[in-house]
Amino acid sequence: MLAELFFTFAKIGLFTFGGGYAMIAQIKETVVEQKEWLDEEELMQMITVAESTPGPIAINMATYVGYKKKGVAGSAMATLGVVVPSLVILYVISLFLDAFMENKYVAYAFTGIKCGVAFLILRAGFDMMKKLEKRVVPRITFGVVFVLMILFDLLSVSFSSVWFILMGGVLGIVLYAVLSPKEVES
Amino acid sequence: MIYLQLFLEFFKVGLFCFGGAFGMIPLIEETVVTRGWLTESEFFNLIGVCESTPGPIAVNTATYVGSVMGGPLGSICATLGVVLPSFLIILLIAAVLKNLTDNKYFKGFMRGVKPVVVALILSTGSLLLLKTIGYAGVQKFRVDVVSVVILVLLVGIYFGITRLWKKKLSAVKIILLSAGLGFVVSMAFEAIKV
Repeated sequence: MLAELFFTFAKIGLFTFGGGYAMIAQIKETVVEQKEWLDEEELMQMITVAESTPGPIAINMATYVGYKKKGVAGSAMATLGVVVPSLVILYVISLFLDAFMENKYVAYAFTGIKCGVAFLILRAGFDMMKKLEKRVVPRITFGVVFVLMILFDLLSVSFSSVWFILMGGVLGIVLYAVLSPKEVES
Repeated sequence: MIYLQLFLEFFKVGLFCFGGAFGMIPLIEETVVTRGWLTESEFFNLIGVCESTPGPIAVNTATYVGSVMGGPLGSICATLGVVLPSFLIILLIAAVLKNLTDNKYFKGFMRGVKPVVVALILSTGSLLLLKTIGYAGVQKFRVDVVSVVILVLLVGIYFGITRLWKKKLSAVKIILLSAGLGFVVSMAFEAIKV
């Protein structure tokens, strides 16, 4: 069972590109449809948990499924399974990427890739912005953090974004849990 | 001690990255660039590589940065650091705190964090865009014509395909398309200048 957990999640780690949500489809196919380790409802529940806790979704899912099947040892093996393919592939890439980048044609391709990365980050951001609550507080929070992040970067002020995350979280606790607990329930 | 530093910095990334694959890019950038482990340009090249290789982006970047800074052991320390917070938190939820995600304080925290994460992602994307088209400081703005042409073509092709043919384009395809455009446009500009 432990070996099966490892290899199942290693396959998921090896064949999903782009991370995040691409992994969910793969996990559904393998874990729910083929292995029947989770049913559909448990998967949905798990996605909610994975989305509302920090860390890569694939790691969260592997840990959870592994634990359900075989306790702490199972969760360790499943998580290791997701991680090992990336670890090996990126380690190998790290050995020759610098030399590779010195090639003129590769550098040309990367001029384009940088544009592609900017595009992907902005696309992800706009998609998430559309799903944001259309209320005053989230909008103001968004606006203030966005403007400050841009200003700090342009003026070379160093300020860790971890503070923004913590302040947002504390504001959330005060507003939705302390001041109007009913609203959070609904 | 570089191994401990790698472990701790990536542990912090693993602990504070909310909002899926793109939510962690601002945090990793900040960590890696302010520590001087990679330049900003190297970092975004790496993101391009990570988008087109399998596996979670956070694990991929941790492995790469760990290896560059501390060899094989460095890559293991950084990867362990980025994975451990999720692992421990999920284990805690699965074993003891089954209802943590229903807790009102937890929910309040997550609800407050959400707009912050979106702002971090969009500001990182906007700054990268600005720097890609040539911004290097208030008095050092020289338009990078090659990148502007690539971006215009990329956006045009993207909306052409998604609107006209109603097809979705995955991250890998967008990276491959932009690599192709980068190659073709750079070659074309080189040919003109000769």
